[in-house]
Amino acid sequence: MADGALPVLDVKDLKTVFQTRKGEVHAVNSVSFDVRPGELLGVVGESGSGKSVTMMSLIGLLPMPPAEVRDGEVLFDGKDLLKIDPNALRDVRGGDIGFIFQDPMTSLNPVFNVGFQIMEPLRKHMGMTKEKARNRAVELLELVGIPDAARRLKDYPHQFSGGMRQRVMIAIALACDPKVLIADEPTTALDVTIQAQILELVKDLREKLGMAIIWITHDLGVIAGIADRVMVMYGGQVVEQAPVKELFTNPQHPYTRALLKTIPNVHGEREAKLNVIEGQPPILGAPPAACPFRDRCEYRFERCDRENPYRRPIGHQHDVACFYEFEDKSAGDANAA
Amino acid sequence: MLTFTIRRLILAIPTLLFISLVIFLLLQLAPGDPMAQVPLTVPPEVKEKMREALGLGEPLHIQYIKWLRQFFWVEPLNLLDTWFGTEFAWHWVPVDSSISESRLAVLAEEGRLRDTAEGQEYWSPELRVISWQTRSPVMEIVAQRIPQTLWVVGVAYIVGILIALPIGIYSAYRQYSWFDNAGTLVTMIGFSVPPFFSGVLVIVIFSVQLNWFPSIYDTTLVVDDWESFKRQINQMFLPVMVLALQITSQISRFMRASMLDNLNQDYVRTARAKGMRERVVVMTHVLRNSMIPVVTVIALGIPSIFGGAIITEQVFKVNGIGQLLITAIQANDLPMVQTLTFIFAVLIVLFNLIADVLYGILDPRIRYD
Repeated sequence: MADGALPVLDVKDLKTVFQTRKGEVHAVNSVSFDVRPGELLGVVGESGSGKSVTMMSLIGLLPMPPAEVRDGEVLFDGKDLLKIDPNALRDVRGGDIGFIFQDPMTSLNPVFNVGFQIMEPLRKHMGMTKEKARNRAVELLELVGIPDAARRLKDYPHQFSGGMRQRVMIAIALACDPKVLIADEPTTALDVTIQAQILELVKDLREKLGMAIIWITHDLGVIAGIADRVMVMYGGQVVEQAPVKELFTNPQHPYTRALLKTIPNVHGEREAKLNVIEGQPPILGAPPAACPFRDRCEYRFERCDRENPYRRPIGHQHDVACFYEFEDKSAGDANAA
Repeated sequence: MLTFTIRRLILAIPTLLFISLVIFLLLQLAPGDPMAQVPLTVPPEVKEKMREALGLGEPLHIQYIKWLRQFFWVEPLNLLDTWFGTEFAWHWVPVDSSISESRLAVLAEEGRLRDTAEGQEYWSPELRVISWQTRSPVMEIVAQRIPQTLWVVGVAYIVGILIALPIGIYSAYRQYSWFDNAGTLVTMIGFSVPPFFSGVLVIVIFSVQLNWFPSIYDTTLVVDDWESFKRQINQMFLPVMVLALQITSQISRFMRASMLDNLNQDYVRTARAKGMRERVVVMTHVLRNSMIPVVTVIALGIPSIFGGAIITEQVFKVNGIGQLLITAIQANDLPMVQTLTFIFAVLIVLFNLIADVLYGILDPRIRYD
């Protein structure tokens, strides 16, 4: 999709550090990526891999202090979001870049009706009158598939089910026609049928509205169903990036391979034990001087301890941050074996 | 909500009746004799007569029912009479030997005397709840004392809240900043220093040393012009300061805790992600949620205003309700103590209800019906 187009959001060398009582924690280490208009970029990684922190850093949503965006560039619409003043950044936030969060049960303010909450960004960013904003809010609720929209504007969040609340959150994120929608594990807190509905809705909305979407998840199944391109994160850095088909058929990073293996196979004989990646993701007290995955990696060799692997391109839109070169070109064998 | 309120109001009646019974019995069972201060030279049989005149000869349940009737029926009617000049609380009483000839003549002249089949009757107000100390109706004394208490304690409450809310909000927003730490220190002092100490301290500093404010509250001051209003403010200053320190400490801590509970909620992040200004995020989204428990606490604290501030009123010689209660207890003035205690009970029940209703109004998740 839109292969040659210029990226709508271009992140270069982003570094985010948290100050804690025990010293610094380097949560995002030189992350670079871009998204093109209309593209759906999936971001995968286990908890603590820095997916959410990366996205929140882009847009100044992290509490500072303790967080600090130490370095990098976030180019959006010809501006560097890390350098513009807070007011201009606020206009981008909720205006040109929309956000959906993980837990719809707590992401809406319980004491305001949803109409107020949808109309708030409309009135701020689009300068709409109350009347206009209300009409637009009804439109938005209809767009995200909430029946009887006009009447439901007056309802409070607790009067909606989880799936419906996530639809309201999506409506808020879409309110000002964003160019980029960042969805931070938007289906994790929902049950599977509702999850499927929300996925369908987002796919559908992307066709209709043509915005770029960054979809953060730890669920590879969701990624397979929705993403155009996938970025795998580990230890606060990007370890592999590839178009979705390529990633699933030809994973080149040991971590990506391990992740793919953890998907239980329902076909054939059930394995006695689920595949897990042993160990925990690291908490980095300093910028990584070696590969962050080395402690859990079965292909580790001495260079991994000396150097942090850079991202090297290995195919069309495919790059990987690993020194080891797999000889086989199919992930299938790891799974099928 | 309305049904809930009405149901609660109806439920309040048995609650209050029970409370009144408990208060009545407790005071009856308490040791002490209203005749204790009558000089020993008065013979015992005279004392006995005086007791009977106070209604103490009657059995307990009769005393209780009479008090109930006086409190719930005669006193409200009297209130109407004072407001509208009516005579609802009056009734016809048969003339007996205790009424003198001259009194009868006056009654006849006023048209308050009538002849019936049983004999003569005269138009007379019903017996009210009478203070044993002063022999005047308890409610009239209370009405005299309420303004002082409301001026001093009420103003302190309002001042305390007005100072506490911004402090609480800002301390939470800038948690562990120097402002928050200073606030913590001041509130700790406010919590731990009792008013009998802080009261005397401010008197020593501001009245004795600096001579800025009077140390004694002058109840006789009538506020009718700018000058007297300034004097009123001047004399209120010290007691209000002492009380407001305590109230500010409590409410600001509560406000801070409530704000902190909400500042880390996901909906705050959502509000920021929508691009709302920090002002809107904090003062609209967070504050609206944080005010729910704080408003409840403020409402529940209002009865204590009417209860007066016993110690502070003593220190600054404000003759308010708190001072009235203490002197009544010391003098074994049962009707006064009973009435005051019961008024507090009514206020507490009432403001509990108000707090619950406010909770329901402020928090849409709570539905009583």
